[in-house]
Amino acid sequence: MTDWGPHLPALQVILPMLAAPLIIALQRHRLAWVAATITSFCSFAIAVALTRGVLDGQQYGYLMGSWPAPYGIELQVDAFSAIMLLIITSASSLALLGARDSLDVDIENHRQPLFYSAWLLVLAGLCGMTVAADAFNIFVFMEISSLASYILISGGSDRRALPAVFNYLIMGTLGATFYLIGIGLIYLMTGTLNLADMEQRIHEVSDLKPILVAAGFITIGLALKAAVFPLHGWLPGAYTFAPHAVTVFLAACSTKVALYLLLRFDFFVFQPNLSGHDIQFTYFLMPLAVLAIIIGSLVALFEQNLKRLLAYSSIAQIGYILLGASLVSSAGLTASIVHFFNHALAKGALFLAISCLAIRCGGTLINDINGAARTMPWTFSALVVGGLSLIGMPGTAGFISKWYLISAALEHGGIGIALTAVILVSSLMAVVYIWRIVEAAYFREREIATAAPQEAPLLLLSVTWTAALLNIYFGLMPELPVTLSMSASELLLEHMP
Amino acid sequence: MIELFGIFLLSLMVITAIAIVQTRHLFAAVILTGVFSLLIATNFFLLDAADVALTEAAIGAGISTVLFLSALALTDEHERSSSANKYVALAVVAVTSLILIYATFDKPRFGDPSAPVHQHVAPWFIENTSSQIGIPNMVTAVLGSFRGYDTLGEVFVVYTAGIGVLFLFGSRRTRQNGEPTKSGLDPSEGLRHYLIPRIVGRLLIPFIILFGLYVQFHGEYGPGGGFQAGAIIAAGIILYALLEGEKQALRVLPDRILTGLMAGGALLFGVVGIFGILAGGNFLDYSVLFDNPMTGQQIGILLIEAGVGMTVTGVLLKIFHAFAAREHI
Amino acid sequence: MELLGLFHYWVFAILLMIGLYAVIAKRNLIKKLIGLSIFQASVFLLYITMGKVEGGTAPIIQTGSAEQLFSNPLPQVLILTAIVVGISTMSLGLGIVVRIKEEYDSIEEDEIQEANKQ
Repeated sequence: MTDWGPHLPALQVILPMLAAPLIIALQRHRLAWVAATITSFCSFAIAVALTRGVLDGQQYGYLMGSWPAPYGIELQVDAFSAIMLLIITSASSLALLGARDSLDVDIENHRQPLFYSAWLLVLAGLCGMTVAADAFNIFVFMEISSLASYILISGGSDRRALPAVFNYLIMGTLGATFYLIGIGLIYLMTGTLNLADMEQRIHEVSDLKPILVAAGFITIGLALKAAVFPLHGWLPGAYTFAPHAVTVFLAACSTKVALYLLLRFDFFVFQPNLSGHDIQFTYFLMPLAVLAIIIGSLVALFEQNLKRLLAYSSIAQIGYILLGASLVSSAGLTASIVHFFNHALAKGALFLAISCLAIRCGGTLINDINGAARTMPWTFSALVVGGLSLIGMPGTAGFISKWYLISAALEHGGIGIALTAVILVSSLMAVVYIWRIVEAAYFREREIATAAPQEAPLLLLSVTWTAALLNIYFGLMPELPVTLSMSASELLLEHMP
Repeated sequence: MIELFGIFLLSLMVITAIAIVQTRHLFAAVILTGVFSLLIATNFFLLDAADVALTEAAIGAGISTVLFLSALALTDEHERSSSANKYVALAVVAVTSLILIYATFDKPRFGDPSAPVHQHVAPWFIENTSSQIGIPNMVTAVLGSFRGYDTLGEVFVVYTAGIGVLFLFGSRRTRQNGEPTKSGLDPSEGLRHYLIPRIVGRLLIPFIILFGLYVQFHGEYGPGGGFQAGAIIAAGIILYALLEGEKQALRVLPDRILTGLMAGGALLFGVVGIFGILAGGNFLDYSVLFDNPMTGQQIGILLIEAGVGMTVTGVLLKIFHAFAAREHI
Repeated sequence: MELLGLFHYWVFAILLMIGLYAVIAKRNLIKKLIGLSIFQASVFLLYITMGKVEGGTAPIIQTGSAEQLFSNPLPQVLILTAIVVGISTMSLGLGIVVRIKEEYDSIEEDEIQEANKQ
């Protein structure tokens, strides 16, 4: 009997990947949904098993084809990848579970098996990027996840989804190709593609010009993929017009995987070897982060479409993550990684609630939900919980990351106080834009002509509430994400000179 | 002499690229893109990359041109609007190029055998191909075994593109057979009434397919492998569809078989990998498949290359048929 | 050889610029995709150029001849992958363009934006 334990890092990727071609053989759309959901939950189970192993201090490395690294391709799972895997697989599982009811509106039955096949490929691609320890392998899986997510977004029923997805395709391909140029230049100077090996070998050539240029290309390429301000142009359209279930999945994890790679590359490969890189990193990212936070929140204040409103809020939240990282301190990185987790929870819950009301209210404009809370109390109370978590109310997950972020900023004296002010102001803006939704739903009158909407379908509603309750659970008991984030930030800083 | 030829080819490439961007006639731009691919393929050949040259010629100049032309038939042949944000574009391009020129300083000399790129990992591949795998073509050895996991990912990229196009075109509006198109020609009839293309084509097609099979199974010994073979076989069948009509082509290779090829090839690759685990090795470890590790490696590479060939053929034909069956508004 | 090396690198940079320019400045969606393919092709050239060894041959062992100098096989493998990724992206992109044409009756970016405003 084969012991599958050591093979878990590989199975995390190949299980959803190999399930994808099997699913199109299932002609019935409901069967395809069941199969995809089960596969997704299985990969969630694998992620949980890996996380438990990591928490027990186990090291996971995997040599593909048994060829020794750096010649063959290596996979690695550490605390940082474990928390990412948890986010990706749980987001995919919950979103799929809720997708049954909302997708029937957007996508014809005969196209659904293809859709679920693409969904599993996104999942496999994101997991593949997370566990890869080889620079070129990351590119391959980045392309799988990108191509598959273009398919998912193009499933939106509004025709504006198509130009949005075309724009995303162009920007995404530019980003991936910039990354490829960067990898090429590093390979040219070091002769290796394995990340750990690269860290060793880059040392000899560290301040040569091709390496500096490579650092620039890789950073810009990944920043494009991560929708870092001002390269965020593709994100609002893609999130707004994608099918609602897809927005739940992608908003919770896809840009974060690019941010994860950005941090990994920077701290594992560049920080230890390029002199003064930490200062450049701070000066480059901090202004962008602050601008992202302020501009993202400002635009969200005036947005009429709820999905677009939340998409701009995501741009601001990406800013928080970068702000923590740009402090280049243990507390800052911990805050940033905790926020990976908590933002996924809050946005996941919010977008799930949005997909509930989109089914019943016939649209996602703020006017569509006027007075809807009276007949849909459960949906809107879940939305309020998600909103409070996004604002950072004590008792919710969002509070934990804001708390860590502010304490990390205050370590830095004068500039820290300014940053704290920025965080507080943008939290206030979040209060305003969440309030706009609450006000419309609870306090405005519904136009008489339209019938009052019913409560959302039970399955979708219970998934939404699961996500909302997770926000409260991890607000009260944040040990798991905080422990993982602390060891992840230690891992990253270990490599600093 | 070869230097002169190289410089000549590279200059031609630049001129072609400028012409492609300048022309507002999209048909011309697509044909020039095919020319561009052939030029770059020749250049790859001069740089000792025979496998890459073969792939670029088959995929870039062949399949990609056919797909662009089918897309043009469904859209417009003329570019209407003028360029926008010219200055933004020029600024971005100027900055990028300055940075790239900055990177040229400190770069190792072209072709220098002692450059770091040829030192670390590459010699290991060159040595171990004969000692561990025992096939002459190192590119196939690296592609199929040493970095087989990348190739698996790549097969899934192709598969993703296939289901993507099917998903996009799955909604509404697919031409019913026999309905006339804008050009007045019924593509399901093909060029059946044109004698010369038919006769020449009939002579060519068996050789193209035979060549494809040769490239598929000779990939361990010479330039070739699943990707190239898949593209060549697909090109042969597309030629058949153009001559005899799509209906006839679908009768020879029905849609179900194409779907089977598309999904089956990717699965075959994955299953070979899983057998590695079951036999006590790691994923994609072919050495454990047979008593003699070298035989295992060779059989493993043969099987996964077959998987690659199947998926590539299936996906390319599926995409071609999907485009061809789309009705013009 | 030195001149040829520099020339290869320049051509890589020039092609990259031409492609990038077309992607950003052109409003026609098909033209954007063509620009994208030139942009990607330039990167292929970068990789293959760096794999060349002076006086080397294609990395295929020929029986009977001793001690050969081979060009680096690894960049070639990477670019084989990248070419296939490129055609996949392109076919998906073309599929989207055809659907845009069906929905908007145009493949010009400005006209599509105009239609979205109404």
